[in-house]
Amino acid sequence: MTGLSVVDLHAAHGRSPVLHGIDLTVPDGALACVLGPSGCGKSTLLRVLAGFHPAAAGQVVLHGRVLDDGRSPLAAERRGIGLVPQDGALFPHLSVAANIGFGLPRSQRRARVGELLDLVGLPGLGERRPHQLSGGQQQRVALARALAPRPRLLLLDEPFAALDAALRAELRREVAATLRQSGTTAVLVTHDQDEALSFADTVAVLRDGRIAQAGRPDELYHRPTDAAVARVLGEANLIPAEVTGARADTPFGPLALLGSAPAPRSGLALLRPGQLRLTAGPVEGAVPAKVLGSDFRGHDHRVELRPEAAGLPEVLIAASDRSWPVGGEAYVGAVGPVHVLSGA
Amino acid sequence: MTFPLDTDGPSPLRRWRATGVRALVAATRLRAPAATGLLAPLATAVVAVVAAPLGFVIAQAAQAGWDQTRRLLGRPLIATLLGHTLGLTAAVTLATAVLGFGAAYLVERTALPGRRAWTVALALPLAVPEFVRGYSWVSLFRSVHGYWGAVLVMTCSLYPLVFLPVAAALRHGDAAAEEVSRSLGRGRLATLCRVTLPLTRPALAGGVLLVSLYLLGEYGAFAMLRYTTFATAVFTQYKLGFDAASASLLTLVLVALALLLVGLEAWAGRRARVTRHGALARTAPPVRLGGWTVPALLALAALVGVSLGVPLYALAYWLLKGSSTTLPSASVLGATAATLGYALGAAVVATAAAVPVALYGWRRGTRPARAIERVAYLTRALPGIAVALSVVYVAVRWAQPLYQQPPMLIAGYVVLFFPLALTAVRAALAQVPPGVEEAARSLGTRPLAVLGRVTLPLVLPGLGAAVAMVGLTASTELTATLLLRPTGTQTLATQFWVYTSGLAYGAAAPYAALMVALSVPSVLLLTRRTLGRPGENQ
Repeated sequence: MTGLSVVDLHAAHGRSPVLHGIDLTVPDGALACVLGPSGCGKSTLLRVLAGFHPAAAGQVVLHGRVLDDGRSPLAAERRGIGLVPQDGALFPHLSVAANIGFGLPRSQRRARVGELLDLVGLPGLGERRPHQLSGGQQQRVALARALAPRPRLLLLDEPFAALDAALRAELRREVAATLRQSGTTAVLVTHDQDEALSFADTVAVLRDGRIAQAGRPDELYHRPTDAAVARVLGEANLIPAEVTGARADTPFGPLALLGSAPAPRSGLALLRPGQLRLTAGPVEGAVPAKVLGSDFRGHDHRVELRPEAAGLPEVLIAASDRSWPVGGEAYVGAVGPVHVLSGA
Repeated sequence: MTFPLDTDGPSPLRRWRATGVRALVAATRLRAPAATGLLAPLATAVVAVVAAPLGFVIAQAAQAGWDQTRRLLGRPLIATLLGHTLGLTAAVTLATAVLGFGAAYLVERTALPGRRAWTVALALPLAVPEFVRGYSWVSLFRSVHGYWGAVLVMTCSLYPLVFLPVAAALRHGDAAAEEVSRSLGRGRLATLCRVTLPLTRPALAGGVLLVSLYLLGEYGAFAMLRYTTFATAVFTQYKLGFDAASASLLTLVLVALALLLVGLEAWAGRRARVTRHGALARTAPPVRLGGWTVPALLALAALVGVSLGVPLYALAYWLLKGSSTTLPSASVLGATAATLGYALGAAVVATAAAVPVALYGWRRGTRPARAIERVAYLTRALPGIAVALSVVYVAVRWAQPLYQQPPMLIAGYVVLFFPLALTAVRAALAQVPPGVEEAARSLGTRPLAVLGRVTLPLVLPGLGAAVAMVGLTASTELTATLLLRPTGTQTLATQFWVYTSGLAYGAAAPYAALMVALSVPSVLLLTRRTLGRPGENQ
């Protein structure tokens, strides 16, 4: 069953158009993520969904109810869409309990507030004031407040951006678990690809006001439709390739094709850094390269290399489990299967 | 402020002195060694001088003796004055709160046409001094006087004091809280009452406090409208009866009321936290008014017409009608020169005195620093008449040769407008990026040189604005000027007062017009400082 469906949505700020025909479907109960750089229109999309920005054309439908058709948008307070803003935006004049109970009828407040405080892991903090909470706690309260009236859809606007890295990952997992547990359909907006890939069931890459590609996180990561999408989701080496049958011929030799999807006859093979193998001596299919830099990242080393062979990009990025001396020689090989993008 | 106390000191008095000084030295040594050690004593001394009138009023009232005190405070006059003052304060604060909030909401949160022009037009009534407004109504309509006249005139004069801070709070506050409220199913009206209004409460409380402090201290307008309050009674006691002791007693009641109000405001604003400002704050898309656009425009036009149009019309009318006086005409130029001379002199002194206090508070968030600043701000509760009487008291007791000499008037202005200067200097300091002083010090510059080469050049434009603000405000001061001016000197305000007391409205008009013209720049400055530059927060 379709939860949220957005069809050919256009929106503008004054005279300048921001969204040019967005199509997006989020199944009921799914967690979707809109990923894009700042200025791509993702915040505007969120605000159109929430009802704070009118659509210029197109349709927004939630559970069969038209929220906006470009002519008469439904008022935000009548949509039943929860919102978790970037900084939480807790009401500073209300206690935590009153914040969570804000959208509830008086009779349900007591029971539901306690339930939600437990759900977000803050039992007993109801009487605190927002300024007495840490950043992570504030975001949990903001989430509880948005979930309290059992919204049909929850919108999260970079809710973890202001937190430090460790807390961000932890809270992200918690929130995803909480949302799955409550069966809430949710749309998260972010510019952080790690967040998008780990949080969502569906990721939509937004670029210049259009959805460049949407799909499951692993599908997007391994099979992007173009080079830009490939790069938005993580570091990518794009190598010219000729396809024959189920095989791609590359400067690294023949590599197996990923899956059975039809591939173009010639294009660019996507090799993630983990698919490149570095060796000290020559092996079959390996290309000699000069090490430009080697950064330790904890779980591995990120190595930049300049290949000394024609037809390859100027810089290759590989992940290696050991450090390589800068200025030294290394041999780069590749392992398949690979995905081949059309075009150069 | 708690200082560590020695238990084995010689005598209580010397011990207190020693620990006090030691604590100040310790406080300064804590963060900024060497030359800035002067700052703390300097700031303390300035604030002590500025807060002194409070002590003098008490000292003088004490001279009245117990019997006289009882007789005076027991008189029905006190009850009447209290009734008058409280009744007026209640009505005017309510009216200004409603008008100020309503106007601010329309200008900042709705898609009203011409919002920027409306903002200026709504703030400009501040440029018309209360007594000039009183004059413009009284001279045009004989029926405007007494309680309702006072309510009308003071509401028109003072609502911008609520309008400006509330508009600033609405402009700079984060709209996300309001959007969340809407997303939780609360409509516009419920959001307004349950989120917007509580979030602007500190601004509203601050504005209403200013309004009520002005009401307590105002003399000219009430005298003109023939409405007696504490301030007018004090003035009459002092001027007619030359009864300094009972005047001081009444002043003391007045000051007590003012301090009570400051306390109330602190209590009202106590639970409110600062709303989020800066990068994360987002302005809300304006509310479309639809069919309400025309009524809203009409309401704003009526407000501006009554509060700005009427005084301007009255001034134009009397200017064109010409001199209707039989009194000898005085020189407008002479009065202007005297006014500007005294006002600018006082402004320079007040700003210079505010610099160490502001610097001390800005550099250190320590408790003594905060306490000293708070005491300085507390003096804004002192009505002009109380300041004037205390300056007179000091002059008569200890500085007889200065009595009715220029320094007396300057001193009165400095004490009266010190909080204003302090606010302006603090605003200027807020523009200095944090850490530049430390950066300069780390490059080997001595503290005094840092002040001269880094801090002062950065705040110089702000100090200029502070001088202008204080000077222009002082140039329309009436109450203290009437009591403190040197014999034979007339400022614009006092000359205006002489003419209007003789019902020579035409002759008074040029003085009134000049005072309004002089006030306009400071009002524009205040508007910009309160709201930020247009479009700054887009």
